[in-house]
Amino acid sequence: MSSPIQFDPVRLPADAEALRREVRDFLSDEVAAGTFDPDASPMSDGHDVEFSRRVGAKGWIGMTWPKEYGGQERSFLERYVVTEEFRAVSAPVRAHFTADRQSGPVLLKYAPEEIKMDILPRITRGECCFCIGMSEPNSGSDLFAAKAKAEKADTDWRLNGTKIWTTNAQNADYMIGLFRTSAPTEDNRRHGLSQFLIDMTWPGIDVNPIVSMAGGSEFNEVVFTDCKVPADHVLGEIDGAWKQATSELAYERSGPERFLETFYVLVELVRAVGDNPDTRSAEGIGRLVAQLHTLRRMSVSVNGMLQAGKEPVLEGSIVKDLGTLWQQALPSKARDLAAFSGSDAGNRVAFDELLRHALVIAPKLTIQGGTTEVLRGIIARGLGLR
Amino acid sequence: MTETDNIIIDATARIFQELGDPQTLNNAPDDAWREPLWAALEESGLTLAWVPDDLGGAGADISDGFDILQTAGRFAVAVPLAETLLAGWALSKANLQVPQGAMSLALSSRANPLRLTDGKLAGRAEAVPFASGVDHFVALAETPDGAAVIQIDAAACNIETAMGIGGDPQGNVRFDGAAPAALAPAPAGIANETLMLMGAAARATQMAGALQGILELAVDYAGERVAFGRPIAKFQAVQHNLAQLAGETAAAVAAAGSAADSIHHADNFNEAVFFEVAAAKTRAGEAAGEGAAIAHQVHGAIGFTDEHILHRFTRRLWAWRDDFGSESEWAVGLGALVAANGADQLWPMVASR
Ligand SMILES: Cc1cc2nc3c(=O)[nH]c(=O)nc-3n(C[C@H](O)[C@H](O)[C@H](O)COP(=O)(O)OP(=O)(O)OC[C@H]3O[C@@H](n4cnc5c(N)ncnc54)[C@H](O)[C@@H]3O)c2cc1C
Repeated sequence: MSSPIQFDPVRLPADAEALRREVRDFLSDEVAAGTFDPDASPMSDGHDVEFSRRVGAKGWIGMTWPKEYGGQERSFLERYVVTEEFRAVSAPVRAHFTADRQSGPVLLKYAPEEIKMDILPRITRGECCFCIGMSEPNSGSDLFAAKAKAEKADTDWRLNGTKIWTTNAQNADYMIGLFRTSAPTEDNRRHGLSQFLIDMTWPGIDVNPIVSMAGGSEFNEVVFTDCKVPADHVLGEIDGAWKQATSELAYERSGPERFLETFYVLVELVRAVGDNPDTRSAEGIGRLVAQLHTLRRMSVSVNGMLQAGKEPVLEGSIVKDLGTLWQQALPSKARDLAAFSGSDAGNRVAFDELLRHALVIAPKLTIQGGTTEVLRGIIARGLGLR
Repeated sequence: MTETDNIIIDATARIFQELGDPQTLNNAPDDAWREPLWAALEESGLTLAWVPDDLGGAGADISDGFDILQTAGRFAVAVPLAETLLAGWALSKANLQVPQGAMSLALSSRANPLRLTDGKLAGRAEAVPFASGVDHFVALAETPDGAAVIQIDAAACNIETAMGIGGDPQGNVRFDGAAPAALAPAPAGIANETLMLMGAAARATQMAGALQGILELAVDYAGERVAFGRPIAKFQAVQHNLAQLAGETAAAVAAAGSAADSIHHADNFNEAVFFEVAAAKTRAGEAAGEGAAIAHQVHGAIGFTDEHILHRFTRRLWAWRDDFGSESEWAVGLGALVAANGADQLWPMVASR
């Protein structure tokens, strides 16, 4: 091993704390106005276009991006604060979050200038929703098995094939999709894939909802039939998309959404056990809070590294691995700890409903965005084992 | 070992490499290594880093002291370095001149505090780290004029030594009849709880260092050990075990580092410091248990031998998670605090900095 794992304690700058107060005020106004109810929004689809526009008007989407594209040139740590405050109350961010976290940064890096000028400012205004088209029926963890094809026809490209599990495709304005432009080579099976920016209104795209075990249809099958894509919508190097993936992943992996997705259960657990819990509940809650605090400090530290211009791929993967497992286990632990808190706890009905929901969605938390096993493989590579 | 941009860490690492290397210590037929190692640590001022110059120390920052402890943990430190740092810190808080030699904090229970009447002590302290092998104890005593920080010569006490799970001497100290060598009123904010907080933060930091140590050992070993015709590092099951060990290590490093940083920046031992330290001791203690188990699994039988150095780390991890309050004890305190503040204060507490 080259150097010991380090997570330097990062202190949030004073202006980040001022921003936090502003965000909290905004969110409590939204709750008061009835936009969302923190006790109910975990069960909703979280897609609220009007809300996203108001968030955009505050300058909180794409806030680290250059001003010329509608960004605010604020720091990763400030973005971190905004993101965690939204997550902590289960605010409905789905309409803008994918673009803010992932798609926007990809465009910034790889899209031609006119496209950047056209789309990025609209993202920052909360007017543009993105989805991610990577997985296919026979290509999940093994992304390089993707078969959906892009073929050159004159100057344009033609897309054919099926993407699956595409979150929010039914609402998205655009997709960033991974398509095969050449066959893999003998010595590099990662070769031959390219990224495309796809306008979801183009002809030749069918979006078929898939109902999840939790009831809603948060994801979809997206079928492409001779869908025509202009040449300037290729993002980055043709056949070389694999090279583009790794550096994006550090910030995709380590955000607060990787450990706060079931946080509402912990809040209601604390309410349910009351202000003078027995030793068993106190210990259980203490351990959960210690673990949560640690994850948060790790995540802040990774964002500090990003701000310093580093690429903390290993550290980011560790945060996501620990964080997704933690938020997955949280509902079961809360269920254990609440077992003896009386049925007369004031919030029992709300708690039970939130707990049921969290238990049912828990399985997805270590699958979406790369499984635990895939992450551990990445960590092992970071440790120099493969 | 790679050089860092921190001279205190580099100086500590150099001394341990030369005089306190775990392999050398493990091979040694006797304790002859102990004196030169301690002398080098003392000479460089590391043992009294938390004591200001005018009280006989090196006058380093709080964060420097924690850096020393984490680095020492990476070498499975087998001398009372943390103990002396903590004891020196307590003495200097009471504005007492700090003596030469090794020291340890000897805290009595809150139910049965140490008492000082007519110049004579009555009471005991249990499970004191390095109870034998130090020259002085530092303790808190109830006196007719209020709480006092005291220094006592070890020779004046009755010590029953036992070997702790970590392999370092640990024991019960009876103070009955002894007279303090020095005493001063405990300043505001220096109480049993405060010393427990400092001790717990120190142990969490040592655990973070020891976990870094066993991660390095396990990764290196997996690259060397061949089974079924290839290094065991190539087996996915082993890779995933090591990835988990890296995760536990990272958690301990982050939690302990954050607690140390909060103490460094705090004006007093307030609720925020309690939150940080309780969380760090709890999480680092959990990581110690999980991490030690994985490191042993990766090493196979050789890691279970006296000859191999792994036990120097893992046994100390098991000892340090117990010292100054186990993860269960701290978690109860943290959970009680969270519950008392109520559900709506949970997020503001977690996101306070
Ligand atoms: C709620 C949800 C939303 C999603 N949203 C999107 C989206 O918006 N866009 C998108 O493109 N995809 C999305 N996905 C898909 C997700 O990225 C994939 O499910 C994931 O990458 C795993 O692929 P898979 O389901 O095909 O499982 P598989 O790859 O078939 O894996 C099945 C099991 O085998 C294990 N496994 C596979 N390969 C290995 C290996 N080499 N070593 C060890 N174990 C292995 C896996 O870890 C897993 O446990 C979403 C998934 C979910 C659940």
